[in-house]
Amino acid sequence: MTVKLTLRNMEYQVKGGMTLRSSLLKIDIQPETVLATLRGELITDDEVLKDGEVVQLISVISGGSTPNEM
Amino acid sequence: MKCEKCGEKAAIHLRHHKLALCKDHFLEWIPAQTQRFIEKYQMFSEQERVLVAVSGGKDSLSLWDILWRLGYQADGLYIGLGIDGGIGYSAESLRLTQKFAQERGLTLLTVDVGREYGETIPELARQTHRGHEKPCSVCGLTKRHIMNKAAIQGGYHVLVTGHNLDDETATLLGNAFSWNPGHLVRQWPVLEASESGLARKAKPLCRIYERDMAAYALLRGIEYIYEECPYAAGSTSLYYKEILNRLEVDRPGAKVNFYVAFLQAKENGLFAAQADPGLEQLHACPICGLPTSAPGECTFCRLTAKGRKGKSD
Repeated sequence: MTVKLTLRNMEYQVKGGMTLRSSLLKIDIQPETVLATLRGELITDDEVLKDGEVVQLISVISGGSTPNEM
Repeated sequence: MKCEKCGEKAAIHLRHHKLALCKDHFLEWIPAQTQRFIEKYQMFSEQERVLVAVSGGKDSLSLWDILWRLGYQADGLYIGLGIDGGIGYSAESLRLTQKFAQERGLTLLTVDVGREYGETIPELARQTHRGHEKPCSVCGLTKRHIMNKAAIQGGYHVLVTGHNLDDETATLLGNAFSWNPGHLVRQWPVLEASESGLARKAKPLCRIYERDMAAYALLRGIEYIYEECPYAAGSTSLYYKEILNRLEVDRPGAKVNFYVAFLQAKENGLFAAQADPGLEQLHACPICGLPTSAPGECTFCRLTAKGRKGKSD
């Protein structure tokens, strides 16, 4: 059993018992770039993830033609 | 982690502010912060009409929602870019923006680039050989022109955009890498109107983290376009954001400190207005009447004329 984390069409697995923050760093995702939901609720980075849980990650960074001036 | 206001389970941890908040208190905190910056930078008052540039994304729709909740007279402006990218990007953005406005009884102005100027953004970029596979510069130029025109013609006191702290720091990093004096001089939460026809502009979210804006949209139940613009991948701004977010992991508050220190340095006289040659002499474009830095047609009118010519050749 592991914890499953999904981000867009990607899927990652980490072992249970780690915090969300440690799990994200483990799979090389910058915690600042995502929000995480568990059973439809936002969770904070100190949440300890348990085996069998599925965490949905939501990308928060958008960009493109940010003009140098507005 | 507990909410620092009520002790309930926290929905979000704002490491840069050393603050954890539950859903309800976070949804109060974001508008309060926005109001604070509107006042601090003297952006606008409740008596003044505001035009919000909305793209269907999380930042602009959330900004419109916040201004509406705070009681401002805010209309929306949506610009149809004609970008499909296999996901109906523009069509979906418009649908979500219209739905948002209808649900709140807000006024939405729409300008469809293809209908108004004969060509969509990807077509304009292709016809004019500007940008080729990446129409971002054509897109930015077109949006700035249309936003300015709509704000001036509509008699709005100010045009506001959903640029957040991450947008501002990415821009600042880019400007600092090139030590671009003109851009550094003009980067500020408010740009005053010019007599020559540039609308007043403001960025009420300029000190709010992008992650916090996404959390606001999510917790408020705002349906926004989650898919990225098909042309955004590999953009410089995303690259700078990634670098800044790596800094933020090790040093919470790095982004806001970078931006606020820049604003303070400007207030203390760094990057003086004399360093900006761009605004010294503006001329009216003979086609559209909007200001341009050199005599003759403005870049936008030259672009659309070139596009029309390319189409007829």
